Order: sequence, then C-alpha cells, then structure tokens
Amino acid sequence: MKAVIFLLALIPLDRLIWLGFTDGLGANPIEFITRSTGTWALVFLCLTLSMTPLRLITHSTVWIRYRRMLGLFSFFYACLHFGIWLWLDQNFDLIDMLKDVVKRPFITMGFTSLVLLTPLALTSNHWAQRKLGRSWSKLHYLVYVIACTAILHYWWHKASKNDLDTVSIYAVILLVLLCFRIPYIRNRLLSRGS
Amino acid sequence: QKLIATPNLAFSTKEETTGYQHVTTYNNFYEFGTDKADPAANAGSLQTRPWTVSIEGLVKKPVTLDIDALLKLAPMEERVYRMRCVEGWSMVIPWDGYALSKLLNYVQPLGSAKFVEFISLADRKQMPGLKSQVIQWPYREGLRLDEAMNPLTLLTFGLYGEVLPNQNGAPVRIVVPWKYGFKSAKSLVTIRLTEEMPKISWSQFDSREYGFYSNVNPLVDHPRWSQATERRIGNVKGIFAPKIKTQMFNGYADQVASMYAGMDLKKFN
Repeated sequence: MKAVIFLLALIPLDRLIWLGFTDGLGANPIEFITRSTGTWALVFLCLTLSMTPLRLITHSTVWIRYRRMLGLFSFFYACLHFGIWLWLDQNFDLIDMLKDVVKRPFITMGFTSLVLLTPLALTSNHWAQRKLGRSWSKLHYLVYVIACTAILHYWWHKASKNDLDTVSIYAVILLVLLCFRIPYIRNRLLSRGS
Repeated sequence: QKLIATPNLAFSTKEETTGYQHVTTYNNFYEFGTDKADPAANAGSLQTRPWTVSIEGLVKKPVTLDIDALLKLAPMEERVYRMRCVEGWSMVIPWDGYALSKLLNYVQPLGSAKFVEFISLADRKQMPGLKSQVIQWPYREGLRLDEAMNPLTLLTFGLYGEVLPNQNGAPVRIVVPWKYGFKSAKSLVTIRLTEEMPKISWSQFDSREYGFYSNVNPLVDHPRWSQATERRIGNVKGIFAPKIKTQMFNGYADQVASMYAGMDLKKFN
C-alpha cells in the first residue's frame, strides 16, 4: 500500500516532466511549475493533517502509517517550489533572496513555512523519534503553525488581485482539519468509539 | 480575418516577437476570468459586431462611431511594441492600429480637457467574469491628455496582421507601451475627455500597488516583488532562460521621459 501511495504521490512531478517535454507548460512555464509545485506542497500538507481526523472518525490507526510519507512529500514539493524560485526568480543570489524574504510578507510566510518544515522532515525517522522522546511530538506540533504560515503565503500572494476563491477553499479545509485537534472535539470523537 | 497595415519601422522594435500562440492564450482580461487561460477559453461569447465607441466629454465634436467607421478614420499601421505586465512578464507584439491622437484631433479636445478616460464594455451576458467582484466594473483606465496624444499611444484593432482576437480586447483597445499592461484598456465603448483625473479601476482597488501613472520603472518595486527584471514569454533561449533587465519606461524613455520632467516618479508611480 505504501508503495502505491509513493507512486501516486510522484504523479504531479511526472506530469510536469511530461508537459515539459511535450511543450505543454504554456506561455509562462516557470510560473506554471512554481504554482503547481506550491499547490501540491499544500495538498500534501492537507493530506498529512487529514490522517489524525480519519483515525478519530474511523477508529482505525491504519492512517497514521501513511502520515510520515505524506508529510515528506509535502516537504519535497515545497523544496521544488522554493528551489525553482531561488534559481529562476532570484538567480541563486542569496543576498537578493534574503532581501525579498525580509521585505515582502508573502515571501516571508513562504520561507518561514519551508524553514519550519525542515526540522520536521529531518526528525521524521524512527531514530530521531526515539532520541527525542516526548519532545518529538512537541516539535511536530509545529505543523499547525506551518498550516497557518503556508495559507498566509498563498493568501497574501493572491490578495493583490482580490482573487481569493481557490485559496479560501484551502483555508477552510485546513481550518476544519485543525478543529479536530481541539481537545473537546477530539475527546468526543474518541469516546464515541469506546 | 486579415487587417491590412503598413509596417511603421520607426515605431517598431527589432526584438524577437512573442509567438501568436502565446500572445493569444496568456492574457489578463478579468471580464472573462482571472486565470491567464480564461480569456482565450471564455471570450468566444463576446459579440464585436455591431459595436460603437462614443467619444464624449470636453470635446468640440462629440461623436459615436461605428467600429467600421473607426477602422477607416486613419491609415492602419503595424507597430512592434514591447509589452510589460506589472506581474513581471513581458512580450513583444506586432499591433495594428493608428495613433490615438488621430481620433482625438478628429473630435477636437477643448482647452479645459486635461485627461482621457477609457471605459471598457461590461455586459454580464457576454462576460462571465463580471460575476466576481474582483474590481469594480466597468473596467476604467485613463491617461493624461499629453500621454494620450503621444505618438506612441496606439488605438489598436489587430495583432499579427489580423483583427484582434476577442481575448486580446476586440474589437478596439488602447496600447500604451511605456506603461504596465493594465493601463491599456480593452474592448472600449467610451472615450471621455475630462478636466479631473479619472478614477481608474485598479487604483480604486489599491492605489499603493496600482497608481494612475504606472509607468514601467525598474527602480520602483511592486509591494510584493521587484520590478527590476522581467521574464520574456516564449524566450527563444528556452524555458530556463534567466530573466531580462527591465528598462526605464519599458525602453521608450526617448519618446516619453520629457512628459514627466520634474515629477517624482516614486511618488507618482
């Protein structure tokens, strides 16, 4: 099952490569790739955050097995998203990049999301989990912060055009997923099963 | 449908033109949707005949002209202009039209006229994008009278020797090559000469981002990105080609800079 999910999660990347070779990326290929990888990073973030609600609703822990892989794919697409921006928008000029990060709130939020995702990706293995013990779960609460910074990144990017339909949908989905973490709701769902 | 036009080499860049395919499928025309692909997909519903444009306000001879009369008002020229979008991309497009000054001289502006307002069609039946309140409809743009009279300002009916595809602002639009693309209003129905500076759609939305003048200026950043460089659509060097440097007034400083002498272009962006 994990292998199937792994292959499915690579389809967005395969698609971009395929479109790249068949001249299918449209008039502004860089924008297309940047937006596509950004969107998929967000989709995988939503999927990652859906595993706990699914566990609470179905009373099955099977979902938790896939959480790490989904989270890592979110990080993977976020890295592609960031890498393309750094290469083709900033021309690998780190000074220019940091200037943009400080100056422009939507980039600040995008960059923050990636920086916060990094320790989560690095500590996603069993070894780190054992080593960190209880602090591991505390560290991984950062994903709730990332949900907020990621959506702000997208929101402020779209705000200039008042074009908030799509980003609103993601915001609502993330909000609902985060609501499952409220102790009252969580406990009610847990007790319903026992 | 072909449009016969004589090349005006004095007003044309020799840069590689952006392919017809890109020019006609990557558009900002919010009346047909906010995605770049939306106008090409949705603008088929736009009826460009019959079509009239009224030129009104502070002019000696206000007139409503049928599109066919407008087409014959002056000889058609082809001009290859750079087009720089405020979003950071650019194209090189062969437009067909004639100087807006020809039309303005025809209606004879009064001495009190200081500005020219352009109003685009806003018809819910033909334009599905009007359902969303992205900006206030109808789309309104404007120029100072001297900007409108500048020989570069083109009243445009075609591109690549054909009548304008609907998604590019058929049947008649304005092209102001030294300003960001949104200043070049599409599908015009009214041209009004006024004494007061017109309220334009985008600066009503957020004047910090979109000022009345909006001259292409690499030194004045957009709040969310630098305007120092731009990505040329369909760059012949391939999709991973680096961005190119944005030029002051989009490379038209010789023809237009004198109009802004003494103005702080950071303030009047």
